[in-house]
Amino acid sequence: MELTAKEPKDPYLRIENIRKTFGDLVALDDISLTVGDGEFVTLLGPSGCGKTTLLRIIAGLEQHNRGEIFQAGRNISRLPPRQRDYGIVFQSYALFPNLTAARNIAYGLENRKRPKDEINTRVEELLKMVGLPDVGHKYPAQLSGGQQQRIALARALAVSPGLLLLDEPLSALDARVRISLRLEIKDLQKKLGVTTVFVTHDQEEALVMSDRIVVMNLGTIDQIGTPLQVYREPASPFVADFIGMMNFIPGQTNNDPCSIRCGSLALRCIESDSIEPHSPVTVAIRPEDIRLRVEDPTGANIISAKVKALEFLGSFNRLTLTLEGMDEFPVVAEVSIHRMRDMFIHEGSSFPVQLPPEQLRIYPGKVGIKS
Amino acid sequence: MSAPAVSLRIGRFGERVVSQRLGFEDYLRRFLFIIVGLGLVLFMIYPLFRLLMRSLENRGGEFVGLDNYVIYFTSAVNRASLINSLNISFQSMVICVLLAFIYAYGLSRVPLVGRRIFQGVAMLPIFIPSLVQALAFIYIFGNNGIFTRVIGINIGIYGATGIIMSEVFYAFPHAFIILSTALALADARLYEAAEALRTKGVRMFLTITLPGVKFGIMSACFVVFTLAITDFGAPKVVGGDYNVLATDIYNKVIGQQNFEMGATISTLLLIPAAAAFILDRIVQRRQVAMVSSGIKPMSPKKHQPLAQIIVYSVIALVTIYIIGVYFTVLVGAFTNFWPYDMSFSLKNFSFYVAGAHHRAGAVHVLWNSVQMAFLTSVFGTIIIFGSAYLIEKTRNLNVPRSLLYLLSIMPLSIPGMVLGLSYIFVFNIPASPLYAVYGTMTILVINTVIHYYTVPFLTATTALKQMDKEFEYIGESLEAPFYRTFMKVTVPVALPAIIQIASYLFLNAMVTISAVVFLFVPGNELAALSVMLLDDAARSGQAMALSLLIIVTGFTARGLFYLMMRGAQKKTQEWTIG
Repeated sequence: MELTAKEPKDPYLRIENIRKTFGDLVALDDISLTVGDGEFVTLLGPSGCGKTTLLRIIAGLEQHNRGEIFQAGRNISRLPPRQRDYGIVFQSYALFPNLTAARNIAYGLENRKRPKDEINTRVEELLKMVGLPDVGHKYPAQLSGGQQQRIALARALAVSPGLLLLDEPLSALDARVRISLRLEIKDLQKKLGVTTVFVTHDQEEALVMSDRIVVMNLGTIDQIGTPLQVYREPASPFVADFIGMMNFIPGQTNNDPCSIRCGSLALRCIESDSIEPHSPVTVAIRPEDIRLRVEDPTGANIISAKVKALEFLGSFNRLTLTLEGMDEFPVVAEVSIHRMRDMFIHEGSSFPVQLPPEQLRIYPGKVGIKS
Repeated sequence: MSAPAVSLRIGRFGERVVSQRLGFEDYLRRFLFIIVGLGLVLFMIYPLFRLLMRSLENRGGEFVGLDNYVIYFTSAVNRASLINSLNISFQSMVICVLLAFIYAYGLSRVPLVGRRIFQGVAMLPIFIPSLVQALAFIYIFGNNGIFTRVIGINIGIYGATGIIMSEVFYAFPHAFIILSTALALADARLYEAAEALRTKGVRMFLTITLPGVKFGIMSACFVVFTLAITDFGAPKVVGGDYNVLATDIYNKVIGQQNFEMGATISTLLLIPAAAAFILDRIVQRRQVAMVSSGIKPMSPKKHQPLAQIIVYSVIALVTIYIIGVYFTVLVGAFTNFWPYDMSFSLKNFSFYVAGAHHRAGAVHVLWNSVQMAFLTSVFGTIIIFGSAYLIEKTRNLNVPRSLLYLLSIMPLSIPGMVLGLSYIFVFNIPASPLYAVYGTMTILVINTVIHYYTVPFLTATTALKQMDKEFEYIGESLEAPFYRTFMKVTVPVALPAIIQIASYLFLNAMVTISAVVFLFVPGNELAALSVMLLDDAARSGQAMALSLLIIVTGFTARGLFYLMMRGAQKKTQEWTIG
C-alpha cells in the first residue's frame, strides 16, 4: 500500500468548491475533490459531517448552492439525476418489493428499451456476477439482507454506469455479512474498473476498501489520502481520533520545538516544522506504538509506567497506563496475548515504556479531545 | 478552510441553489401541480369565496357589509337555531364518544365471544344515509311508532331527542374507528410494569389507559361534533320545528329563495366546523409523536365484575340500537302500511319520485346513485392518489407542495351544505361558461369528490409515506420516467390503500345528501336524496323501501371491494412470504 496519494492527473470526477446550506446550517463548505478513473474513493466521517449530502449532490438528488461538478469532462452541475450517468445503492436496499430480483435488475435495461433476449442474458450475467445465480425468480422479501444488497448492487451496475455511488450500503447488515460483502464489493469494483464513491462512517470499511479516503468533519475535508496515509499520518487530531485509537497528551514546546514538556516529563520528537517554540501542543501516539518493558535504558522518551487497568479483547489486551510524572493523563497501549504472557504483565505491574520519538505526532495547540 | 463566521448568517429561506435544468418530466410534474391546484381552487376556494361575498350582499347584489349578519342575530328564531345546533352537536358528541369508547374498549380489552361480528356491527351505520336512521326512529318512537303504540309512552322523538339519537348512530362508526386505533396503540409492557408494581385496575385505567388514548378521544370528539353540526338529513326528517343551522340553510334557500341569508348562515356554520378541524389537526400532530415503534400489543383480560357488566351492557345496547335500525328498515320496506297494517307487501318498491317536472322510478334513482358513486370512486381515486403522490414524492418545489397539501386537507372542514350552496353561486349563473355543467352528473361527481377529498387524501399520504423514499431516486438513476416508476412500483405497492380509497368514496357517494341537495335537477335525483323527497311527500313506506335498496347496493359494493382487496392482498403476500 502506498503512503502518498497521487492526485489523479486526468480525473473522471471533479468536484470544485461545492457549498451547501440547509437554512442556517452550512452542510458543505467549499468542498473540492477529484476521483480518478476506476478509483474507489471513500467519504468517511461521523454523522452530520456532510458526506451523504455530498454524495446526494453528486447524484443530483440535492441541489448545491455553489460550485461545479464535472464527470468525464462534462459539467453535470445543472443536470437532473436522470441525465447523469451513475448507479446508486442505498443503505435501505430500496429494492422494488413487487418485482422479482431479476425484474429489479432488469428495470434500468427496460427503460433503455433493450431487446428482451439481451435483457435476460444481461440479468443472468449480473446475477452470476454477484454470486446469486439462482434467486432471480424470488421477491426481495424472500431474500436475506446481504442478498438484497447484492441484488441492489447488480441493479445499479446493470446499465454499466460510469460512476457507482454507494450510500452506506453495508450499515444495515449483520457484522459477519458486512465483512464478507465489503470484500466482494471491492473485488467486483476492481474487476469492472468502475469509478466508485462510497460513503461510510465505519473507519474499518474505509481502510479495507478504499484507494483513497476523504475524511470529512463538520462540512469540510480534513484530509484526503490513502488508507495508510490517513492512519499513519493523520493531518489533524480529528482524523487521528476518528480513524483508529489515539492517545493525546497536552504539552508545551521548549526553546527547541523538538523538546516538549508534558507534566514533569520532557519528550523528544523528530517532527518540528510548523511547530513554534514555547507554544502549547498536543502529542499523539497510537496504542500499538508504545513499546512496553523496554530493556535498553538509553533510548529517548523512556518512562516508568504502571498498569492501572487491563481490558481483555480476545487476541490482544488493552492496557491503561499511568506514566510517572504525568499521572493525570493515562495512556492506552495495546499488546497481543502472547507478548503479554512473555512479558509477565498484569494489573498493577510496573515497568519502563518507550514513546518512540519517530512515532509521535505533534499538533499545534491544545485540542479538546475526549481521552 | 472554513468560511468567515459572517457568511453563516443567511436569510430565512437559505441561499440560492444551483438549479437543475428542467426536462419534459419536470414540466409534466409542474403541469400536474397546476391542474390539481387549479381544480381545487375552482371547485372549492372560488365557490367559497363567492359564498362569502354573497353573504355580504343584499338581494339586489349590492354590497351591504355585515348587514345580513346583523339581521341574523337580531332575530331570536335565528339565534335559537344556532344554539340548537351547538346543543345537539355537543350532546351527540358526549354520548357517542362515551358509547364508542366503551364499545371499542370492550372489543379490544375485555374477553368477548364474536369479536369480529361486533366489529362489523359497529361499522354498519356507514351504509345508511343519515336521514334513514331518523326515519327508523320515527317508525319506532314516533307518534305512530310501534313502541309508542305498544307501550303507550311517547318519548317525544321529534326535535332534539330524535336528532341526537340519529347523530349518535350516524357518527358511531367514525368515533369507533378512531378510538379502536388509539386503543390498539397501547403497549402491553406498560401494563405488565404496572402489574409488577401491584397497581390496581382502576388506577391502571386512569394512569395508563386514559392518558394513552387522550388524543384519540379528543380527535373522536371533534369528528363527532363536526358530523353532527353539519348533518342535514336527520334534522330534516326528525327535527320537526326544532331548527338547526343546516336545516335553516335549506329552508332559506329552497323555501324562501333567500340566497343571501343562506350564504350568511353557511358562513356561520363554517366557523365551528373549521375550528373543530383546526383543533383536530393540532391534536393529531401530537398523537403522532406519541406512537413509538415496537409496541407489544394488548390481549383481552378479565376485569372487575362491575366493569365487565358496564362494558357488556353498552355493547349489547349499541348492537340492539344498530341492528334495530336495520331491522326496522327491513320490516318497514315490506310492510303494507306501518303501523296500521303490518301485513307483508311488495308495493312499496313500486313508486315514482315526484320531482317538480319529472317522475323517476326506484331503478332510475338507484342507477343514478350507482353511476354517480362509480364515477366519484374512479375519478376521485385517480385524482386524490395522484395528487398525494405529487405532494409526497416530488423533490424540491416545496412551496407548491405545501400549498397543495393545505388545499387538500381543507375540504374536511367544509360542511356539505355549505359546499353545495357555494356551487350554486358559481355554476348556476346562466351567463357564466361554468353554467354548462350545472344540473349534470359531472357537477354532482365533482362536488362529491371535493366533499370527501381529505380522508382518502390522508390515507394515500400515509401509504406513500410508508414506502421507501429511495424508490424514486433509484428510478431516476436508472433513467425511468417518474410515471413509469409510479405505475410499475408505487401503484402496485399501494394497491390496498387505493382500493380502500375507492371503497370509501363509493360508499359515501351512495349515501350523501347534504352536498348534493342544492345541485340535483329533475332527472338526476340520487337515491338518498329521493328518500328525503319521498318522506317529504309523506310516503314513508316507499322511503323505507328505497333505503333498503340503498343498503343492499352498499353491501354489494362493499362485498366487491372486499374481493378486490383480497385479490390485492394475495398479490402482496406473494411478494412478502416465501
